[in-house]
Amino acid sequence: MRFLSYIIDGISLGSVYAIIALGYTMVYGIAKMLNFAHGDIIMVGSYIIFMMVAKLNLPIFISIIIGIIACTLLGIIIEKFAYKPLRNATSLAVLITAIGVSYFLQNGAQLIWTSSTRMFPTVFSSTINIGNLQIPYLTIATIVVCVLIMILLMIFVNKTKTGMAMRACSEDKGAASLMGINVNKTISLTFAIGSGLAAVASFLLSAAYPAINPTMGSMPGIKAFTAAVFGGIGSIPGAFIGGVLLGIIEIFTKAYISTELSDAIVFAVLIVVLLIKPTGLLGKKAKEKV
Amino acid sequence: MKKLFVTLLSLALILSLTGCGENENKNCIVIGGSGPLTGPASEYGEAVKYGAEIAVDEINALGGLQFKLNIEDDKHDQELATNAYATLKDKGIQVSLLCVTTLPAIAVASLTNADGIFALTPSASGDDVISSGEYIFRMCFGDPEQGVFAANYIRNKALAKNVAVIYDKSDDYSKGIHDSFIKEASAMGIKVVADTVFTSDSNTDFSTQIKEIKDSGAELLFMPIYYNEAYQIIIEANKQSCNTIFFGCDGLDGILRIDGVDNNKLEGVYLLTPFTASSSDSATVNFVEKFKAKVGKEPNQFAADAYDCVYAIYNACKENNITYDMSAQDIGNILKDYFAKMSFNGLTGNNVTWSANGKVSKSPKTYCIKNGIYENVD
Repeated sequence: MRFLSYIIDGISLGSVYAIIALGYTMVYGIAKMLNFAHGDIIMVGSYIIFMMVAKLNLPIFISIIIGIIACTLLGIIIEKFAYKPLRNATSLAVLITAIGVSYFLQNGAQLIWTSSTRMFPTVFSSTINIGNLQIPYLTIATIVVCVLIMILLMIFVNKTKTGMAMRACSEDKGAASLMGINVNKTISLTFAIGSGLAAVASFLLSAAYPAINPTMGSMPGIKAFTAAVFGGIGSIPGAFIGGVLLGIIEIFTKAYISTELSDAIVFAVLIVVLLIKPTGLLGKKAKEKV
Repeated sequence: MKKLFVTLLSLALILSLTGCGENENKNCIVIGGSGPLTGPASEYGEAVKYGAEIAVDEINALGGLQFKLNIEDDKHDQELATNAYATLKDKGIQVSLLCVTTLPAIAVASLTNADGIFALTPSASGDDVISSGEYIFRMCFGDPEQGVFAANYIRNKALAKNVAVIYDKSDDYSKGIHDSFIKEASAMGIKVVADTVFTSDSNTDFSTQIKEIKDSGAELLFMPIYYNEAYQIIIEANKQSCNTIFFGCDGLDGILRIDGVDNNKLEGVYLLTPFTASSSDSATVNFVEKFKAKVGKEPNQFAADAYDCVYAIYNACKENNITYDMSAQDIGNILKDYFAKMSFNGLTGNNVTWSANGKVSKSPKTYCIKNGIYENVD
């Protein structure tokens, strides 16, 4: 019974990682850049949703929608001012800029909201009881939302015209623009979607782990990045599977091995996976064209 | 380059001259200390500075014995604290408040002791500070004393027979209380059925720890940690319907002031603290009002400890007819003997006494949260 409940905890934690990882993988898959500020966009989203719920007493669903809109706008602004000028720069320059944006957001949040921790109000606190097993509604909601987003993203990327343009940009920017695709617009759109997803993740993250502070995004951000790499970065189902597996491994190490070593073991698993399968679980083998 | 050097030198000269100017303390006993007034630990340094200033202002307004207070900035750094001590000596320090935080205090304590200057630190809780010598005393608890007190309280009030503990292994404060609590509890027959940990890197997900605590059948969860984590743990326990009594130490003070806190979830939480701003005791009310007017927020335990330090020194000076023209060493010798036998009533405790090795003996007050306020349950 306890084993089962650990699995549920693991899936619940893993689904949050998975949603964050979807944002990472989306941006990486199409724009070929690691957006290290993704975790901090989640932090901003959490603050905005917290303000709406706790200070303006808005209903939770409206607050989430406002959060999604705000994060999408934030993503577009960041993309326009920080990443767009670097479209033709080396990937290292973009990576460093992303780290800079991450610090900018953290310190900005500290200025606006101070560094003291706030607590997200409890929502969906009820549980379903099956025998001794308690499954919180929040866990179920997280998993459902996560699967739903994954399916929608896959349909969007694989079946729509815009999705096709995205895949084209991901394969070859130059050729795509020769075919009449607006590469800049497509990449901006990818960022907008990634940031909107971040807002959904901020709600699910804060509802499960209520502490909100300016650095709250960095650790889940790193874990989700690990999950994305674990599942094969660039692959949408890979991000989902990577996230869920990472969550389960983390909870199991905490429960059966050691709380203090859980992070070390999680990252050790990543190293082992990458040694055996360098592109991650579902990653495509990239053909290097010379 | 040469010009720059000359400018710097003359600047240093001017600064040292103004230093001398301040040295003319008219009929004042000079008290000095250092603390982090800037940087990440500045909350503690400022609290001590303002707390001590309020006490000095009150004492000076009485007429009679006059104090002059100098608090230097040490940024919670040993080297800066040593420099600050040199500056204080230039300013003619006669009694010291040492340092606000433990690490710098260890560095300065041996110097102060070697100079034969009496020091009473408001808040440096590490045991290495007072073991530096016979002139060094402290006002706050040592961390282990809280663990001992908590175990005694739990037994005396028969709160629980089986207890669980959760603590932050990466934090000295938490570890110190935890270790002494475990030792004391098992010595007096309280069974520790679950001993769980987290670290500063894993302080968001407490689901596995709560599961273990719930399955262990503990009636009480002892939490020698700070309030942010404590609140998250209580929320998680609530989610898993783990209905133990929650019992924390002074790190929990402040839990009701977290933004977004749900007071209903905190009903019945116990905490130990020597001082709380919400007390209705008249001396505390007076202090809280003055502090709020001066700083704009409620004082914490450190501010109250600093306030008490100044008053303890004042009482001891008055009793022994100490005057401003005595040397720091003469004052030091009188005070170190007198503190070991005096008794003091202050904001942070009544009948406070000290042992000759500088350790303070006072009882923390126990509070239980009822309807969103602290209720004394000693």
